[in-house]
Amino acid sequence: MSKLADWLKTPGVLAAAPASVFLLVGFAGPLLMVLGYSFMPPRTFALNNVPTLENYYSVFSDSYYISFLWSLFLAALTVILLFPICYPIAYGMAKLFGKWANLVTALIAVPLLISENIRLFGWVLVLLKNGILDGTLQSVLGISASGFLYTVPSILLGLVYVYLPFMLFPMVIGISMIPDPLKEAAFDLGASRWQVFREIELPLAMPGILIGAILTFILAMGSLAESKILGGQAVVMIADDIESAFTFAQNWPKGSVLSVLLIALSGLIVFVLFRRIDLDQIIGRR
Amino acid sequence: MKTAGSSPTTRKFIWIWTSAVILFLYIPMFAVILASFSTQRYFRFPIQSFTTKWYTKTLDSLSVRDLLWTSISVAALVTFFSVLLAFFGALAFARYDWKGRKLYQRLVLLPIFFPQAVLGLSLLLWFSALGITTSWQTAVFAHMIWIVPIVILIMSIQAYSFDPALEEAAFDLGATRWQVLREVTLPILAPGVVSGSIFAFLLSWGNFPLSLFSTGADQTVPEWLYAKMVSGYTPMVPTLGSLTMSSAALMLLLAYLVWLATGGRKRRAQAFTSSED
Repeated sequence: MSKLADWLKTPGVLAAAPASVFLLVGFAGPLLMVLGYSFMPPRTFALNNVPTLENYYSVFSDSYYISFLWSLFLAALTVILLFPICYPIAYGMAKLFGKWANLVTALIAVPLLISENIRLFGWVLVLLKNGILDGTLQSVLGISASGFLYTVPSILLGLVYVYLPFMLFPMVIGISMIPDPLKEAAFDLGASRWQVFREIELPLAMPGILIGAILTFILAMGSLAESKILGGQAVVMIADDIESAFTFAQNWPKGSVLSVLLIALSGLIVFVLFRRIDLDQIIGRR
Repeated sequence: MKTAGSSPTTRKFIWIWTSAVILFLYIPMFAVILASFSTQRYFRFPIQSFTTKWYTKTLDSLSVRDLLWTSISVAALVTFFSVLLAFFGALAFARYDWKGRKLYQRLVLLPIFFPQAVLGLSLLLWFSALGITTSWQTAVFAHMIWIVPIVILIMSIQAYSFDPALEEAAFDLGATRWQVLREVTLPILAPGVVSGSIFAFLLSWGNFPLSLFSTGADQTVPEWLYAKMVSGYTPMVPTLGSLTMSSAALMLLLAYLVWLATGGRKRRAQAFTSSED
């Protein structure tokens, strides 16, 4: 008992307490409640009913797997597309740009501080019929390009666009952890550019690349604005289903089941990958 | 001999690629600014004639003033409370060595690795279960769930470079815990506090998914923009969008200038002391 009291008095515990209590109340609490609601009878608004698995049955027998698959597919494709887009930039920022690296970082980070809505709306203006792309092509080449907006590729464009920095920045930290002498030694021993990439760069940069990929994947899985603003009615992603269950349909238990499934899927991925990563090493570079 | 495998062609390619991607990142912003100056009710490109009438209309609108006031109040409160919580949170994250730290680090990062729309909806459920009517005040709480961890992360970067000997020396010289905090810890973490505040303010200012479900009858600027984009489009959308973007840019520029001014002074001071040695 006194051991616990001693532990509670260490500076680390004292400093961690305010933020921890806050996140317990504001993050863990709501999530536990969503879990609780997922076992309540359909269309009820209280937690004191007899628990049931009815909502899980109805979700699994319904066609929700389609929106889950769309979200999985689009999120995976976003990560796959972002890898070759980000790698050269991350490499440049970690190894080549020198004093320019700060400027490049700032230029890429600034859009993060502008509302996602406004930026996606900008793409609407670009892709719209008679918009910037269509209007330019019409007046220069005389061809029309009006069919881009409200399609699956336009959602993908939005996802790649919005989540690019989330993939890039952890990747920069990953690549900066590659010691240059190691690569030089490999070259001296006759390794090709590709061999050095596969055998040295990739494995050493992997923690950073993984963090970026997980972050991008999870955020894209649960994204709402991209499919709504750029996708129109092209596809329904899982966050759309969750939103309409909670709001229009007023069916909290069903929305809760869908949330629980999304969280479980994302959580599983984070848990498996996070166990292999040492945060002190990546953030503090110790 | 090859040095780290970057030939001139590779270097050139990386520079061109990086510039192209940065340009790509700014395309939508330019599109929004362009649209805000178009005379027409519905956007068409190429633009026939330019006007600033939407700006006068937007700035004169009373409902827009309400939106701006709500957004600023939320962002200001979020900044204050997030930095306060994250200051100690970052010390626990990076400075102190304690049993349970690894677990704490992972738990703190969870809200960042979490879809915001789902978080917003869970909070909506949470508030109504607790009998709290949602308004802009509950949005402050909702934003903080996501922003406190981000600010902890930003301030931790500063806290990792902390030399514990400085605090210990102050204790040995008879300083109280409060004096050490004020005279040693706070000045060392000050740059982290500044960048943390800027991030907190701007991330709250631009947040949409959390606001959507947590503001109740109140509305922030991003929510209003979204509502108008979906139905009832008006050229005030790109105009207000441009205004919020430029205010964010202005704030960043101001912060950069302050940083230059203070950083410059620090560098000169360092040069002075090292020439004395």
